[in-house]
Amino acid sequence: MKKEDIISKLPYSKPFLFVDELLHVDENGVEGCYAFDENLDFYKGHFKGNPITPGVILTEVMAQIGVVCLGIYLLNDTFNKNTTIALTSNEIEFSKPVFPNEKVTVISEKIYFRFGKLKCKVEMKNEKGEVVCSGTIAGMIV
Amino acid sequence: MDKKETIEKLKNIVKPYIKNQEAFENITEKTDFIADLQINSANLVDVILDIEEEFDIIIDNQSMERMLDIKSAMEIIEIKLSEK
Repeated sequence: MKKEDIISKLPYSKPFLFVDELLHVDENGVEGCYAFDENLDFYKGHFKGNPITPGVILTEVMAQIGVVCLGIYLLNDTFNKNTTIALTSNEIEFSKPVFPNEKVTVISEKIYFRFGKLKCKVEMKNEKGEVVCSGTIAGMIV
Repeated sequence: MDKKETIEKLKNIVKPYIKNQEAFENITEKTDFIADLQINSANLVDVILDIEEEFDIIIDNQSMERMLDIKSAMEIIEIKLSEK
């Protein structure tokens, strides 16, 4: 499956699509990036007068690129419009803030894909190559 | 491997995933992973993977779907061990 086809199959749209481009994907992992537009709605309130990307949004970016995109690749033709997916667990450590207009890269490595559940070791880096957050995320077909 | 030993091993495996302590303490062959121990379906996958590791067996999709309680888990483990 082509990288563009994976993105077109994602079950998200604006304002909740957090994948710009996939840089690499194979059966063991995926790498992709996303740039935070300064006009994104949550910056108005997180925090008041001091916009910083919320950790839950960073987690979502990691889940969409690192688990959902990889899952679509692994499922191939079995993934269609009727497939319902769910986040099942995550454990993330946050090391550095991500500000508006920053571009991040997500690198995900498959831990296992069994019985419809995909668990990955995921890391996010900023443009300087610094790790901003990392951990494990799992999701499954429900 | 006797039944008691297998139950004890299964008890250790499910421990991190259970949500019902009372059902866990009173575990028997009849204990259901989801209804009694309240293990969610995502964590049930981890239980199966931990069983594979503990007993050094491979559990296929069909067996996984049958593995709903301690009794069926013990049966499947026994079958898989005998096939080795």
